Amino acid sequence: MPSHTKSTARLGDRVFSNLSKGSGIALLAIMAAIAVFLAIRAVVAIRANEGNFLTTFAWDANADPPYFGIAVLLFGTVVSSVIAMVLAVPVAVGIALFISHYAPRRLAAGIGYVVDLLAAVPSIIYGLWGALYLVPQLTGLYEWLDQFFGWTGVFAYDGTPARSLMTVGILLAIMILPIITSVTREVFLQTPKANQEAALALGATRWEVVRMTVLPFGRSGVISASMLGLGRALGETMAVATVLSPSFLINASLLESGGGTFAQNIASQFKEAGSMGRDALIASGLVLFLLTLLVNGAARLIIARRKEYSGANA
Amino acid sequence: MSRPEAHTATGAPAVERVTLRPPRLPSWSVAALAVGSLALGIAIGLIGGFESRVQWGLIAAVVFVATTFWLSAAIEGRRFATDRMAAILVWACFIVAVLPLASLLWETVARGLPGVDWYFLTHSMNGVLSWQDGGGIYHAILGTVQQVLLASLIALPLGLLTAVYLVEYGRGRLAKAITFFVDVMTGIPSIVAGLFILSLWIMMLDFGYSGFAGAMALAILMMPIVVRSTEEMLKLVPNELREASLAMGVPKWRTILKVVLPTAIGGITTGVMLALARIAGETAPIILLVFGNNMINGNAFEGAQSSLPLYIYEQWGYGTEAAYDRAWAAALVLIAFVMILNLAARGIARWKAPKTGR
Repeated sequence: MPSHTKSTARLGDRVFSNLSKGSGIALLAIMAAIAVFLAIRAVVAIRANEGNFLTTFAWDANADPPYFGIAVLLFGTVVSSVIAMVLAVPVAVGIALFISHYAPRRLAAGIGYVVDLLAAVPSIIYGLWGALYLVPQLTGLYEWLDQFFGWTGVFAYDGTPARSLMTVGILLAIMILPIITSVTREVFLQTPKANQEAALALGATRWEVVRMTVLPFGRSGVISASMLGLGRALGETMAVATVLSPSFLINASLLESGGGTFAQNIASQFKEAGSMGRDALIASGLVLFLLTLLVNGAARLIIARRKEYSGANA
Repeated sequence: MSRPEAHTATGAPAVERVTLRPPRLPSWSVAALAVGSLALGIAIGLIGGFESRVQWGLIAAVVFVATTFWLSAAIEGRRFATDRMAAILVWACFIVAVLPLASLLWETVARGLPGVDWYFLTHSMNGVLSWQDGGGIYHAILGTVQQVLLASLIALPLGLLTAVYLVEYGRGRLAKAITFFVDVMTGIPSIVAGLFILSLWIMMLDFGYSGFAGAMALAILMMPIVVRSTEEMLKLVPNELREASLAMGVPKWRTILKVVLPTAIGGITTGVMLALARIAGETAPIILLVFGNNMINGNAFEGAQSSLPLYIYEQWGYGTEAAYDRAWAAALVLIAFVMILNLAARGIARWKAPKTGR
């Protein structure tokens, strides 16, 4: 009798542990498969490509022979994401501080809640709002920028609808604000009370407390939250596809329409793409995949390092 | 307050009232300064004839910051002036961020609400031309619900089991690798997940566009979220529970199924619903894999379907007034759907939260 129960227990355990191990491995396999399948298609496209994949300023992937390159897409993706980061990170840190250290407590809980909800708003809705509401609003700002900074060339503006990389950057900044804020806030809230009270006891003002205890403690958290936001901005499709008026030229001015991003290009070209066109789009998708992999991997490594550090404290 | 006066009034016993508190601005002064600079901003705006209200506001803001800093530095000293600047800056960040987000919600509700009615929810776009009024989102809602359910059928077992593996069994290299790649997977752009299924399912295995193809891409996006949140919840289950069960001679797999998972079920449900809310709003993979369809297609495994996000994108693309109205109305329905899932998730989280004394 005992041996009987023991053996079924063992069997059940073996099955269950292998099942769970199997799904873990399946997850790794999916990640590998993503890379492999994208790579297979990308190689087909890049072999047939008459242009240079990295430096050609055109996307005639359906032509015979196909002629395309990702230069414009890489430029647009990086530039719009950088604009988004520059705008969003300081503001997000500000809001996180507001929630964790400045707002009245009751208000803070409510705001934290709303921020989390906003992080869940689908990107297509940001896109719709951006295209139909934000774009007309920005004309005034761009005219002002043109008036005072137009001589730099970067801020030249010709008065056409503001469907430019700058607008995309601003919209992406608004989109990634909630996610950066909520991660940063969590980190700020974990600042050891003892450190803060010690600073207060030394007569520090609130800002000095924040500067001396909260910000140093939360620095790596802010960095990794920003990288998560960056990863999201790099891969954002719909908000860019609705707002940007794309072209395969790099415009010196950020305020004038033109340019494109990887994800936007895939979404807008897909319906017209033939078989070679799709392969070319997949090739560009592979570059985007590697780009986000890099950014996210770096963010995770930073978080992991911090975890060990705080684990030692606990 | 002022020491010289105290001297002269009381005369003989020169008791100095020593105060250790530095001089501070009274609490109403900031409000007074704000009102004052706002008035000044409006006055300058009116006199100078600036058209944009934004300029009035900016002038008022500059005046407010300058006077506050100057006054505070003069009375309280530099450190407190800096402190006040920081507080103003933090508040400004908050206001700057709230404006667009509030506007987003307001626009969606204001422009979407007139278009949402029973007809809109129960009819498809079949036979409705882009410039015509009418039409609805029934086919899109049907598509979204089917795709999301199919996606969770794929993602939930895999995700839950992976989380169980990581918490209950996983040690060593494999577990570390899985943890790392789950994290990285969270950051995969949705369009890349779409491209993967496109190259595998449609281009290589030669299946057609279908709701199921879209669901597979959504499952890829859903899996890491489920793993992450479930893992966190399983870690919260006290070890004593596991040990008690094992000490009774219950095999480990039954302990996990009957003790660990039920204890964490509230948190797990929350995570799953948040993941559902996240993928319900995904558009990019749907464009690549489900393709869009104006007619009702109840079969997710055969033929093109529609979905709410895709519907919004299509209607936006038509660029006519009637289509914009439909896009906003559908956006409102989608936001409501996502928000309800979110609120329900948080409700469950609060209701079933493990009592950890936090």
